[in-house]
Amino acid sequence: MSEKILEIRNLHVTFETPSGPLEAVRGVDLDVSAGELLGVVGESGSGKSVTFLATMGLLPTRAKVTGSVLLAGEQLIGASPKQLRSVRGRLLSMIFQDPLSALNPVHRIGNQIAEMLQSHQALTNREAQTRAVELLDIVGIPQPTDRSQQFPHEFSGGMRQRVVIAIAIANNPKVLIADEPTTALDVTVQAQILEVIERVQERFGTAVVLITHDLGVIARVADRVNVMYAGRNVEQGTIDSLFDHPSHPYTRGLLASLPRPGMQRLKPITGFPPNMLNPPKGCAFHTRCEYAAEVCKLDLPELQTFGDLQTACVRAKELPRAEVLS
Amino acid sequence: MFRYILRRLAWSIPTLLLVTFLVYLALRIGTDPVQSYRRVNPRASRAKIQQYIDVNGLDPNFVKGYFTWLKNFLTGEWPPSIKGRREVWPALKDAMANTLRLGSAATVVGIVIGLFAGVLAALRPGGRRDVFINTSAFVGISVPPFISAILLQLLFAVYWQKWFGASLFPTSGVYPAGHTGFDLFLMLKFMALPTLVVAIQIIATYSRYMRSSLLDVLNSDYMRTARSKGISERRVLIKHGMRNALIPVVTIAALDVGSIVGGLIITENIFSYPGMGLYFLKSFGEGDFPLLMPWMVVIVASVLFFNLIADISYAWLDPRIRLE
Amino acid sequence: MAFRRFVSHKAAVGSCFVIATLALFVVLAPFTARYGVNQSVQAPPNSFLSPRGNAWLGTDDIGRDLYSRLIYGVRVSLLIGLASALISVTLGALIGAIAGFRGGKFDDIMMRVTDLFLAFPFLVTLLVVRNVLGALPWMKPITGEMNSVRFIIVLFGIFGWMGVARIVRGQVLSLKEREFVEAARAVGASRRYIIARHLLPNSVGPIMVALTFSVVGAIISESTLAFFGYGPQAGDGATSLGILVGQAKGAVQTGFWWLAVFPCLALIVIALSINFIGDALRDATDPRLDRGA
Ligand SMILES: Nc1ncnc2c1ncn2[C@@H]1O[C@H](COP(=O)(O)OP(=O)(O)OP(=O)(O)O)[C@@H](O)[C@H]1O
Ligand code: SF4
Ligand SMILES: [Mg+2]
Repeated sequence: MSEKILEIRNLHVTFETPSGPLEAVRGVDLDVSAGELLGVVGESGSGKSVTFLATMGLLPTRAKVTGSVLLAGEQLIGASPKQLRSVRGRLLSMIFQDPLSALNPVHRIGNQIAEMLQSHQALTNREAQTRAVELLDIVGIPQPTDRSQQFPHEFSGGMRQRVVIAIAIANNPKVLIADEPTTALDVTVQAQILEVIERVQERFGTAVVLITHDLGVIARVADRVNVMYAGRNVEQGTIDSLFDHPSHPYTRGLLASLPRPGMQRLKPITGFPPNMLNPPKGCAFHTRCEYAAEVCKLDLPELQTFGDLQTACVRAKELPRAEVLS
Repeated sequence: MFRYILRRLAWSIPTLLLVTFLVYLALRIGTDPVQSYRRVNPRASRAKIQQYIDVNGLDPNFVKGYFTWLKNFLTGEWPPSIKGRREVWPALKDAMANTLRLGSAATVVGIVIGLFAGVLAALRPGGRRDVFINTSAFVGISVPPFISAILLQLLFAVYWQKWFGASLFPTSGVYPAGHTGFDLFLMLKFMALPTLVVAIQIIATYSRYMRSSLLDVLNSDYMRTARSKGISERRVLIKHGMRNALIPVVTIAALDVGSIVGGLIITENIFSYPGMGLYFLKSFGEGDFPLLMPWMVVIVASVLFFNLIADISYAWLDPRIRLE
Repeated sequence: MAFRRFVSHKAAVGSCFVIATLALFVVLAPFTARYGVNQSVQAPPNSFLSPRGNAWLGTDDIGRDLYSRLIYGVRVSLLIGLASALISVTLGALIGAIAGFRGGKFDDIMMRVTDLFLAFPFLVTLLVVRNVLGALPWMKPITGEMNSVRFIIVLFGIFGWMGVARIVRGQVLSLKEREFVEAARAVGASRRYIIARHLLPNSVGPIMVALTFSVVGAIISESTLAFFGYGPQAGDGATSLGILVGQAKGAVQTGFWWLAVFPCLALIVIALSINFIGDALRDATDPRLDRGA
């Protein structure tokens, strides 16, 4: 294991809503090592985006954030806005879900990249523009010099996502968070964007956090996986161990619902994600878990190490070993 | 861009012709100019009446009449007013100058304050400041200008004097009776109340536009991208927020000339301010066709002009718009 | 959901009470008014009474009780507002729905016409259209005399459709793209059926909002017209908010403040209340707000 670059400990995020406080993140622990590609999966609403928006300090002010986020040893929770600004875009960048609306429609592409560069490096406009063109080239945009003078509406969705990536990696950050970077794109473009991200990771040694719904993508590109459910991480480990012998019932369900050659019927997890305004007591998954027992309703299960996996399930030890998949 | 403007200007000529023809029709039907002339000049001879008909293009055949009017209008042969005494152009010119002064003062004051208030409100939606600005703006757009004009007049014309002995702002005209020459301070004093009345409307309208436009922008994804770059909040707001928020506002602003002129007409009338509004209401009341038509041409032309300005500024602010 | 949101708008709920109370007062005018609409409380020469026991809001130039006249005036104004708003909203909804649904030439022309009218100073258009309408002999049977209340209602009715038509057209254009309309079209439903069964019901929210704003618009327009002497005539002592506000102009110079203040206040209260209701209705029926908190 190489050095840990990002350490999230006991992160809680609560939104004040008209229907009462909503705890979207309920004690997440998560590590990212330098240069690795960590996949984060979970159903919609499980708190993936909120976790990393909190890390970036980009949540609206009405969100209450507690816990600890250490980035290269620097505490981000409770840091001054100025301190956060100096981290954002320099050490830590984020790519957002929808490339179509992530770029400002009234500014030229080159200027939007240059702005990122100049906010953390002392560059002249000319230098910044030159560098912006190089970055466009790196993310695979043809004729980058001409393209940098164009506006976002002149780019296709996939091209715009490349631009967003170019902005995110402009200052060679230590950690790049990609929040479902391909969801809004069509399949062939998705593969290309993933390639760009992998290339960046390899070439610059950037640690990448890839948030996605798609376990197939994770299996292909990630080193480690973190599974989230109802605002907590319920299982994490290396890609091989997790896919070989998942131990948390939710992870097993996710894997069982993956389409696989030779298997006709998918087995989706039954039931619905919990209402986060009023989550179930104890293990939040007990409403849908086929192994649920009375003990599951008592306390929130903590992550425990089982071999090379960490699992938050009180019955993990008693459960039958998952049949080897794939 | 330049070619686009030229083409638009070229297009505005047929539009002007069509609209002035419609206006001509409406005035012919609605005010019956010949009848009005007879009413105002009961002792006019038959020949006099015929002459009035000829110079004004009041032929019973509307189309023929319109073209007569048009020819006289374009060649500068503007017939005198219905009473036959006033030259139209000097009157129209003065009215235009006065209204331009009042209108631009009110517009500048109104838009600057309105936009500023809108930004303040949008920055903390739901906060006390927002509620205050938004509610005031709501009251502002609900109260028609003649009501605020009357109430202000009552306060300043009658009661201020009663309570404090001296009147603070005069409530009618541009200068006191008998004043000659130019006096900026005196003029500003006379313009204060009418400007306020028109500006209230503009402030109310624009603070609402700006608020909702900026709120939309603040919630947009590119603002989050901008923040994730680690640039200062002020830069995020000005560089990324403002320009986008202004796009819809600018467009509406240039199209709003109609309603601003509407407010001016009412306000001028109440404060006896000798501008386009007073001019219109007087000549409309008397069915003064020779005064009315040029007035209408000016209004139609300025509506077209500001429409063009709206489109140009829209394209200038928003690269997604192509002027072709 | 929509109802809950409306009720959570406190100003709107208050406004509903205000309007309901006003409506009750004017419907029961014979009981709530203290004097007849044309009845003198005080004979000349001292006809201007300031507010006092036997004339709560004072009296006017010929000694009539302002309070009673306000009740009758508001009655006429509300009638004008409601009736003309109903006409213009019906017209506007129909024209807007057809324009939005058919598109093409009809749509183009309609939108051009409304553009033109909306770009012009409102008061000017209103005055000119008023005169034209009054001069058309074949409209006489519908409009009646030019200074009658009926004329004003018809005038505002045919004048006010444009704003509504734009709203409904926009609504229709966006609804047109939604699945259920596509589906209906795919099954071969006729255009008329689709308009009646799908588009209009789904536009109810915006139409209601347009209706409330039309009511205010008509009441204010009536006052404006009357203020400049083009409103319904005050003959027989009949009155309207506009006529009463019109008297205010004279009152300013003479210092009979109550003649200016009370009618103006009444107009402000009515306009503000109905606007609040419209605003809350708009928020409550705006589907975009279903997402956010
Ligand atoms: N600004 C906010 N205000 C209130 N609640 C919020 C806000 N943002 C997110 N939430 C709530 O927090 C919870 C977690 O949301 P989050 O966006 O992190 O989910 P996610 O795992 O990223 O889902 P998806 O896969 O759909 O992106 C959800 O219940 C959501 O409703
Ligand atoms: S703790 Fe219980 S309910 Fe939760 S996953 Fe484990 S077995 Fe299922
Ligand atoms: Mg998300």
